[in-house]
Amino acid sequence: MSDLSEDIRQDHIRNFCIIAHIDHGKSTLADRIIEKTGLLTKREMQDQVLDNMDLERERGITIKAQTVRIIYNAKDGEEYVLNLIDTPGHVDFNYEVSRALAACDGAVLIVDASQGIEAQTLGNYYLAMEHDLEVIPVINKIDLPSAEPERVKQEIEDVIGLDCTDVPLISAKNGTNIDQVLEAIVHRIPAPSGDRNKPLQCLIFDSLYDSYKGVIVFVRVFEGTVKKGTKIRFMATGAEEEVVEVGYFGPGQFIPCEELRAGMVGYITASIKNVRDTRVGDTVTDAERPCSKPLPGYRKVTPMVYCGLYPADGAKYPDLRDALEKLQLNDASLQYEPETSAALGFGFRCGFLGLLHLDVVQERLEREYGLDLVTTAPGVIYKVIKTDGSVMMLTNPSNMPDPSEIAEMQEPIVSAEIMVTKDYVGQIMKLCQERRGVYNGMEYIEANRALLRYDLPLNEIIYDFFDALKSRSRGYASFDYEFKAYETSKLVKLDILVNKEQVDALSFIVWAGNAEERGRKMCQKLKEEIPRQLFEIPIQAAIGSRIVARETVKALRKDVLAKCYGGDISRKKKLLEKQKEGKKRMRQIGNVEIPQKAFMSVLKLDDE
Amino acid sequence: MTSKDQRGIYIHIPFCARKCVYCDFLSAPQPDAAQAAYFDALIREIRLTAREAADDGPFATVFFGGGTPGLVPAGQIARVLTELKADFDIRSDAEITLETNPGLMDAAKLAAWRAAGVNRLSMGAQSFDDGELKLLGRIHTARQIREGFALARAAGFDNINIDLMEALPGQSQEDLQRSLEALAALSPEHVSVYSLILEEGTTLEKHLDDFPPLPDEDTERAMYWQSVRFLESHGYRQYEISNFAKPGRACLHNVSYWERREYLGLGLGASSLRHETRFTNTSVFSEYLKLETLSDIRRDVTHLTRRDAQAEFFYLGLRKKEGVLLEDFRDAFGVSAQEVYGKVLAEHEKDGTLKCRDGRVCLTERGLDVSNYILCDFLP
Repeated sequence: MSDLSEDIRQDHIRNFCIIAHIDHGKSTLADRIIEKTGLLTKREMQDQVLDNMDLERERGITIKAQTVRIIYNAKDGEEYVLNLIDTPGHVDFNYEVSRALAACDGAVLIVDASQGIEAQTLGNYYLAMEHDLEVIPVINKIDLPSAEPERVKQEIEDVIGLDCTDVPLISAKNGTNIDQVLEAIVHRIPAPSGDRNKPLQCLIFDSLYDSYKGVIVFVRVFEGTVKKGTKIRFMATGAEEEVVEVGYFGPGQFIPCEELRAGMVGYITASIKNVRDTRVGDTVTDAERPCSKPLPGYRKVTPMVYCGLYPADGAKYPDLRDALEKLQLNDASLQYEPETSAALGFGFRCGFLGLLHLDVVQERLEREYGLDLVTTAPGVIYKVIKTDGSVMMLTNPSNMPDPSEIAEMQEPIVSAEIMVTKDYVGQIMKLCQERRGVYNGMEYIEANRALLRYDLPLNEIIYDFFDALKSRSRGYASFDYEFKAYETSKLVKLDILVNKEQVDALSFIVWAGNAEERGRKMCQKLKEEIPRQLFEIPIQAAIGSRIVARETVKALRKDVLAKCYGGDISRKKKLLEKQKEGKKRMRQIGNVEIPQKAFMSVLKLDDE
Repeated sequence: MTSKDQRGIYIHIPFCARKCVYCDFLSAPQPDAAQAAYFDALIREIRLTAREAADDGPFATVFFGGGTPGLVPAGQIARVLTELKADFDIRSDAEITLETNPGLMDAAKLAAWRAAGVNRLSMGAQSFDDGELKLLGRIHTARQIREGFALARAAGFDNINIDLMEALPGQSQEDLQRSLEALAALSPEHVSVYSLILEEGTTLEKHLDDFPPLPDEDTERAMYWQSVRFLESHGYRQYEISNFAKPGRACLHNVSYWERREYLGLGLGASSLRHETRFTNTSVFSEYLKLETLSDIRRDVTHLTRRDAQAEFFYLGLRKKEGVLLEDFRDAFGVSAQEVYGKVLAEHEKDGTLKCRDGRVCLTERGLDVSNYILCDFLP
């Protein structure tokens, strides 16, 4: 098993990734490449080998970067080791993408033969350029009737400036011209540099928790050699451990080997007790012979979106804590800390990279850990500058200080790039204005397509902006953004009172100009979500002591099954059981029962 | 009302002349040959059951339900009763009820039923408005109800129930009032009043747009209480959510369900409670016809845990107007209801849906309107 690793010549290694706009065929190309290299028979291939979480397969997007080592016999008669480092395909995961790119020497940039360049094509390309990667453009989906490879070639040359003379025209779906991509990888991407005898310097680009091996750290070795017994140090956290095993990534499995040397991509296990010690982007070195400085680019990931996660059953609080801890092993960007809500009891305030990330974590907690969760409305992090000059980063609306103590509030602003066909420019501009966007210019990247630049409050885009964008452009708009700055804004806290009692978990922060309308919509939404109960329930929205909206859930009038025939009580029992189940999924607030999903109502205020 | 060891037998007759638009019961028109085969199978089931339940104590009630038991030849009813009396300890004063459609009652049939031992009739009148009856797909008219009732009386039936439905498509409270008055004029011993429930898969549900609108929730409740008040002022006492009787005329068979007495359900899709086990026969007609052993047809066998039985005590017992005696709970389970259900009882006494007085718990009128909402809290 270790024969390969012994013989591998550094100049025969190619470390690369595939980057693309969402749905341009990244995972499918990865599958074809793995198939072509023959390490996996067709029969063994599950569709999309690299997306190994069910959730990813269902959503058709890659959330967690995976990586695989493959052997390619090139046309020059030589055998090459290709390390394909997969990258997450969503704007939420930009930091993970950047770390994966940093582990590579080149990138295959896929562009859809009919859609052409999209917002994330550009975003990913710029990211690859920042890491000095050799970028190989590839035009995919040439099998589609709507494919226009010549137009897309021209677009790549004009917009990105990459030479498209020999661009591979492929159909990843049908396996057409995949060899051209492999040959380009071998001949155009440089072999990794680095010296196996220098002090150890590895980049962590991912980590995974395995119940047998413990934390498995995915690394790219830049300098030096690491093997079993090496005492390693994680430079950012200072933790030190002895290496238990090193190895490389077979398709769907970990294959141990003797050592990992400069230029190689593989994994390290050590008896790592504290998973927080292995942070994506950190540098691993030899504790006894450390490198002089860590690799650049590490930062502690900062969540953009926060929400409260509570167990539906209060007794499950320790289970939730354990599950979050385990998830964090695989997801350095997930952050959490305990909090208490008057309405929901003990839970956690959790930080996520974005709403998709939140969704994924929530679903994994429910599916993989069998937890029933109540999630409060997600919000961004606001900066509160108090009258005494102190600054507070506000992640939970309930903690907002009294207005008299607030000198100024600031909210995060992002710079967004939206690419859209000419016909929908007006619609999209209107949408951005509705979302308090500040216009920063527009350019036509070809006759029919424009790139719009806006500064937008993050708060306005985290919920449903992407959906709104798609629906108002009939799916033709694409979108990318990055954090810009905190800016002063007039913000207020909207409180919700259910049956005259304030429900802390329903409070949210909103731009003052929208507050009343949001309050009205929130009341309407809650009225739909809260089932009728024995008494009438007023639902009110308030800013401070001022009530801005009110709705009423009428009292339950009738809930009686009159006929109960021939001694068949099973039907009646089933009905009662269902009803009991429904009650279980509610939270008792005062004497009102509120369904769990109501706490997410604020997300649906724009459904129309 | 009844002694502790009274048992019941339910016989299901899954045949009718025509499926009514609202009906989702296990019943359909069938040719004579199929009916005859069904009774042969039923007799086999009775004999097999008798072997299993040979030592069960006396049976105080027999109930022929359907479908329309009144539709089948009276000879088949007599054959079943003869078999039951031969195989089981049926009390001589047993309440023996037969359901029939008012349009199917003639003097000869009534006499045959009486001779066979039937001593209580249940007439599916549903309404006294011919327009409503037609809309529901009923085969009879208001005149036939009156004629059938008179014939039954003449045949000697002194214990008769009339079923009435309310909240019918297009029905107003005035319409309901006219039916109630027509019913009162006949002065049956027992009245069942049901609100029409829109069941999935019925003609009514599938073609709802072709019918006049159903009364809204508020009207439906108003109709319910209109019926209750009307019947109470005409000498009937409400003893269960949907059932009313003149003094001493409550349906013993019906009450036994709410009091968790044992009963054997025989025939297609019939349910039983025996030895703290509930089970239901197959509802597939062809399967039933082939029965050779009881295990061929027995489905959904559920052994009730103590906790299940405690829940049933309340969610079935509270359907009775008088509710349940907490002492009965202690007798049955050796533990006080307070201990098991103290919190639920207190909560609903506080919210005004339960009334607890003198060791007895019952639903208030408000509680009755929303009974499911309350009763589900008793489930384990």
